[in-house]
Amino acid sequence: MTIAPVDSPDPIPDPTRAGVVLALAVAVVGLTFGVLARSIGITVVQACAMSLLVFTGASQFAVVSVLGGGGSAWAAFGAAALLAARNTLYGPVVSRWFPPGIARRLVIAQLVIDESTGVGAAQHDATRARRGFLVTGIGIFITWNLSTLAGSLLGDEIGDPNRWGLDAVFPASFAVLLAPHLRTVRGRWAAILAAAVALVTTPLVPVGAPILLAALVVVPVAMVGGRHTEGDDPGNGDDTGNGDDTGNGADIDPGGQP
Amino acid sequence: MSWSLLIPLAAAAYGFKVVGFVVLGRHPLHGPVEWMVELIPAALLSALVAVQTFGDGRSLTLDARAVGLAVTGVAVWRRLPFFVVIVLAAAATAITRAIAN
Repeated sequence: MTIAPVDSPDPIPDPTRAGVVLALAVAVVGLTFGVLARSIGITVVQACAMSLLVFTGASQFAVVSVLGGGGSAWAAFGAAALLAARNTLYGPVVSRWFPPGIARRLVIAQLVIDESTGVGAAQHDATRARRGFLVTGIGIFITWNLSTLAGSLLGDEIGDPNRWGLDAVFPASFAVLLAPHLRTVRGRWAAILAAAVALVTTPLVPVGAPILLAALVVVPVAMVGGRHTEGDDPGNGDDTGNGDDTGNGADIDPGGQP
Repeated sequence: MSWSLLIPLAAAAYGFKVVGFVVLGRHPLHGPVEWMVELIPAALLSALVAVQTFGDGRSLTLDARAVGLAVTGVAVWRRLPFFVVIVLAAAATAITRAIAN
């Protein structure tokens, strides 16, 4: 796992820049989604409809993978739905950055995905979190859909995308977004236990379920750790007084040396 | 693929987002529940990194992606820019894969 040394707090990624970088990286992955979709007989219109309406990369790749492997539509639906279910858990995280108002929230809801939530939650205050979430979510919505269209029109001209190491794009992105959370003791425990639960359960339950099971670790970690045993967490909406994005000393836990 | 798979899937994916963001997110959080919600990104991002690096369907494998993750770890630790981290991770994975084959 990527555990940064405690004495070197990770810089919080600038929300706008992180969003733009992720949107560009996702474009490459969207291209491969379009190509793969066409290769198993999904039409251009269906591939584009899926990126517009489903808009959850992991679920879309699961559909292609299950159908491509000869699985039934039900199996494809089950795998994709299980992978999409984690976006429910992101809802309450993102909700703290936005004012109430059902109509606007019904639109913003479509943008609640791993990347947008991750960029937002890496920030110190609600304003920056909201900006990071929106730049990332809207940016990825644009590039994901355009690149799906391009990939599905190109067809099989690219070859095996993993030859270019594209399967490393998402884990690397998520590791960058994870780093700020590792500066607190509770964040480190949540990360370590969640990774352990996810890996141990991978052979035991259907694809997608390990991520949901891993989320359960927040219950014991929150109960044991409490909240005020350490500095402010990234993503804490109350912390509006600190505008700099270099980690401040209060976030370093002196007793947390591994 | 039929539209009778695509449309219900789109509805389910959007439904999950709405339930979390619009329904569950409607009320302000307090106490232990708020602490748990604050930890969700750390837990889910870490689980995603683990599964996407070591998972292959329902089995675990050690392959070129592990090298990509190791390079990612060093790059994040050295505080390299986001874009550089991604390019280095992809390059390390691709090179490892090319050598191994």
